[in-house]
Amino acid sequence: MPANAYIKAISYHLPEKNYSNEDFFSQFPEARAGEENLLKTGVRNRRIIAPGETASDIAVKAAEKFFTEHKIDRSEIGFLLFCAQEFDHYTPTTACIIQERLGLPKNCGALDYNLGCSGFVYGLSLAKGLIESSGIKNVLLLTSSTLTKTFHPRDKSSWFVFGDGAAATLISSRETKGIGQFVFGTDGSGKNKIIVKDGGARNALTETSTQDVTDEYGNTTNNSTFFMNGTGVFIFALKTVPEMINELLKKEGRKIEDVDLFIFHQANLFLVDSIRKKMGVPEEKVFNFMENTGNTVSSSIPIALHEALKAGKAKKGDTIVIAGFGVGLSWAATTVEL
Amino acid sequence: MDIQAFIKGLEAEIEDLPPGTLKPDTDYRKVAQWSSMHALIVIAYVDANFNVTLSGPDLRGTNTISDLYNLVQAKLKNV
Repeated sequence: MPANAYIKAISYHLPEKNYSNEDFFSQFPEARAGEENLLKTGVRNRRIIAPGETASDIAVKAAEKFFTEHKIDRSEIGFLLFCAQEFDHYTPTTACIIQERLGLPKNCGALDYNLGCSGFVYGLSLAKGLIESSGIKNVLLLTSSTLTKTFHPRDKSSWFVFGDGAAATLISSRETKGIGQFVFGTDGSGKNKIIVKDGGARNALTETSTQDVTDEYGNTTNNSTFFMNGTGVFIFALKTVPEMINELLKKEGRKIEDVDLFIFHQANLFLVDSIRKKMGVPEEKVFNFMENTGNTVSSSIPIALHEALKAGKAKKGDTIVIAGFGVGLSWAATTVEL
Repeated sequence: MDIQAFIKGLEAEIEDLPPGTLKPDTDYRKVAQWSSMHALIVIAYVDANFNVTLSGPDLRGTNTISDLYNLVQAKLKNV
């Protein structure tokens, strides 16, 4: 009996505090004149993590919601994957702490990995490997982002597009096909395109870390805060994502017409739509969900997938192409049969 | 596509720009409220209409609309 990995169920959790476009324009009154163009990003509200709340806290909330919503017995979880960019301690591994907090069995494997917007697709590849080669039955993949904690108070672009959130996805085993082939990609030469430069092992925090720099568009950042070269990332995605998806379709022997739905990382609507147009994918074959969440980094794809199912845009038996891309630079795509 | 059509197409993509705002010699970064979103609109417009992907340094080397237009034309010749 072949064991094929597939996505069984998804739940997600967003932090309490809402940050609306009105809140944004009160913080950045000078941006109001450009409101119409900003709305092309497709974001109207996002949630902001509370001070003192961590990536693992919201991941645990997403997981608890998952166990309640899907009536899945936590004793059946054989492996826990935690994808984040913020971890509880230097050591131990946060996934080990989450194992205890969720009451997962002691014979459950657990590991952390650090990826951003490509993280969900990488997590699916790890889960597929565990299920199809190690005989693990159920992998719980927790993706979590608390990126707003790293934003400079005057970093206009980042405050507009990103939001915090966490998702819990269960990957299980079945006889019929589920998660298909993968295409991966990495380009570390683009590391400075999205970065928090100081405060890690490479660069200690020093006095120069907090020296502010304002770019030509009026976004202020420094080396202790999150920095994104938005134009550079846009160009990277516009070039890389269509190539990656064409390669995936070739590998799978499929054409765009054979795919029921495309879900891209929800970077922002303008970028996703530019990619869609470039690839010639009809509008009705793309599902987007970011209006009230913003770009939730590694959780944007599972959140959108969950909402696509809820809205009836995706259903059992459908073939869905998903693609993640971002910080690293790192990218990956796969097909999932629901 | 001549420069007038190029400008017309670009103006149509930018929401808050009354037609006729952009001229060949307009320093586009000095257009009121020029933001990073405008830069993305320019990149997407060129990509979609000419199948040319501009790079960051490409863009930094341009100031006026005709610089931008000439850059696209030069890239098209090199393909």
